[in-house]
Amino acid sequence: MADLFSRTANELMQMIAKDGLDPSRIIAELFERIARLDGKIKAFVLANKAGALERLDSANKKGKLFGVPILIKDNICVEGEETTCASKILKGFKPPYDATVAKRLKEAGAVLIGKANMDEFAFGSSCETSSYGPTRNPWDLGRIPGGSSGGSAAAVAADLATFALGSDTGGSIRQPASLCGVVGLKPTYGRVSRYGLIAFASSLDQIGPITKDVQDAAILLGVIAGHDEMDSTSVDIPVPDYTKSLVKDVKALRIGVPKEYFVEGIDKDVASSVKAAIGVFKDLGARLIDISLPHTEYAVSAYYIVGPAEASSNLARFDGVQYGLRSEGAGDLIDMYIQTRSKGFGEEAKRRILLGTYCLSSGYYDAYYVKALKIRTKIKEDFDRAFEKCDCIVTPTSPTAAFRIGERSADPLSMYLSDVFTIPANLAGIPGISIPCGFTGDGLPIGLQILAKPFDEEAIFRAAYTFEQSTDFHKKRPNL
Amino acid sequence: MKTIDKNDVKHIALLSRLSLSEDELEIHSKQLASIVSYINKLNEIDTSTVLPTSHVLASLKNVFRKDVLKVSLPADKALANAPARDGDFFKVPQVIEGK
Repeated sequence: MADLFSRTANELMQMIAKDGLDPSRIIAELFERIARLDGKIKAFVLANKAGALERLDSANKKGKLFGVPILIKDNICVEGEETTCASKILKGFKPPYDATVAKRLKEAGAVLIGKANMDEFAFGSSCETSSYGPTRNPWDLGRIPGGSSGGSAAAVAADLATFALGSDTGGSIRQPASLCGVVGLKPTYGRVSRYGLIAFASSLDQIGPITKDVQDAAILLGVIAGHDEMDSTSVDIPVPDYTKSLVKDVKALRIGVPKEYFVEGIDKDVASSVKAAIGVFKDLGARLIDISLPHTEYAVSAYYIVGPAEASSNLARFDGVQYGLRSEGAGDLIDMYIQTRSKGFGEEAKRRILLGTYCLSSGYYDAYYVKALKIRTKIKEDFDRAFEKCDCIVTPTSPTAAFRIGERSADPLSMYLSDVFTIPANLAGIPGISIPCGFTGDGLPIGLQILAKPFDEEAIFRAAYTFEQSTDFHKKRPNL
Repeated sequence: MKTIDKNDVKHIALLSRLSLSEDELEIHSKQLASIVSYINKLNEIDTSTVLPTSHVLASLKNVFRKDVLKVSLPADKALANAPARDGDFFKVPQVIEGK
């Protein structure tokens, strides 16, 4: 029998419900593995076995996820569990309430095993800006796992967690999933409540699953999705049974291939794997359609105005008054704000706050912020037009596989450009998944991104499931 | 084309309630200048007739709820993480001049 730590959530659900598996055995196996391996991967910022076993004791036995362990990114509030966004400024913060997703997982009987490392406040594409230090890619410990949900993706890839939650503002679920060889889904904006997600950019952020396969992503989305009166941007439309979309059939499915995503600068192994994946869809009977998303090359620029602008405003709340760090010895209130923030925020957080403040400041607001919102409209219109001709769009998730630790940290712009293929979906509010579709010559995972219309996660699941059932890339695990 | 210099960075640091060391000022000025010159790319596109996106989902309109009393977070819980408190209040350094 295979080890419990390597099982998918769906397998564990069956084993618990039908074979009477005691979930404490899963927790014991996972924590044995975490103790053995997380010293070198550093995916967890908090791993609490005693707490997990306590939670299992009081878990809802009738919930569909009863006894299944889950890891949650450190920017999602869990009542009483330290939640820091991997930032010094939130050291010691214990949320007084559960995020809606955490509440829904508890109601479903899932067991929280810990909090996952991330880029500080989700500002980054490599997990290197975490105040706890970087997470390592399980496929090559000298490389980054991607970011910002790098801890969640690395833990799932290394079988340190059954499945996990991440958050995605410009690719922070899909890019680390791609670089770690797992499945990561950013739902439609408004599909999942953001209540209790510590905000980075409120018009772009979404919480979503990071899992070992497409089926688990469908199961987990079904649990966390749905309207929530605590988040007025969550949308009140019914949540379908996503597992019904898990059919191995793409016949007549219209798959758009955008020419702007296959340009120079993309790694040749990534390009050939993604082209081969498109060939798989064709062989399975899908209809390939050439499309154009002409404003793609402007997405990074628009994003690095809208994202930091919203972040600079959202992060104004970290001032040493209500929670977290306070710098002592300041002369007056303003001085206390300045000292606390200067000490508590890391370099990338400061950079984004400065950039966002600049774009919103008097004299620059129209030239940058409003301009970026207009480009956002153009990018959204590109997708609207494309989806008149196709049901989903396939692209590479990231232009390269995992890069080396330190390789891009001195040049923020080169780091920002690593999100060029994931950012457009956040600007347009549409859903997207990354699934494994190959490996580089060096044995590093490559991800395929599948995008669909707003609230058509079902088309994504159908295409992703069909691809997964027809290939073996998702079955390969790193040697640890 | 607009760019960003050291004086701009000093000004926005103050607006952001951040104090930067000389070294930080140097490096942020350089890096922000390169980022800003990249994002100036947006000026290649004529957007004079384009409306800015206020919300990505056209279907979402104003969200209202009934004005009814509900239990909210109790003060003790809301104050539990405060670095300094005084009874049911957050305590901060003196704001108004006086003794």
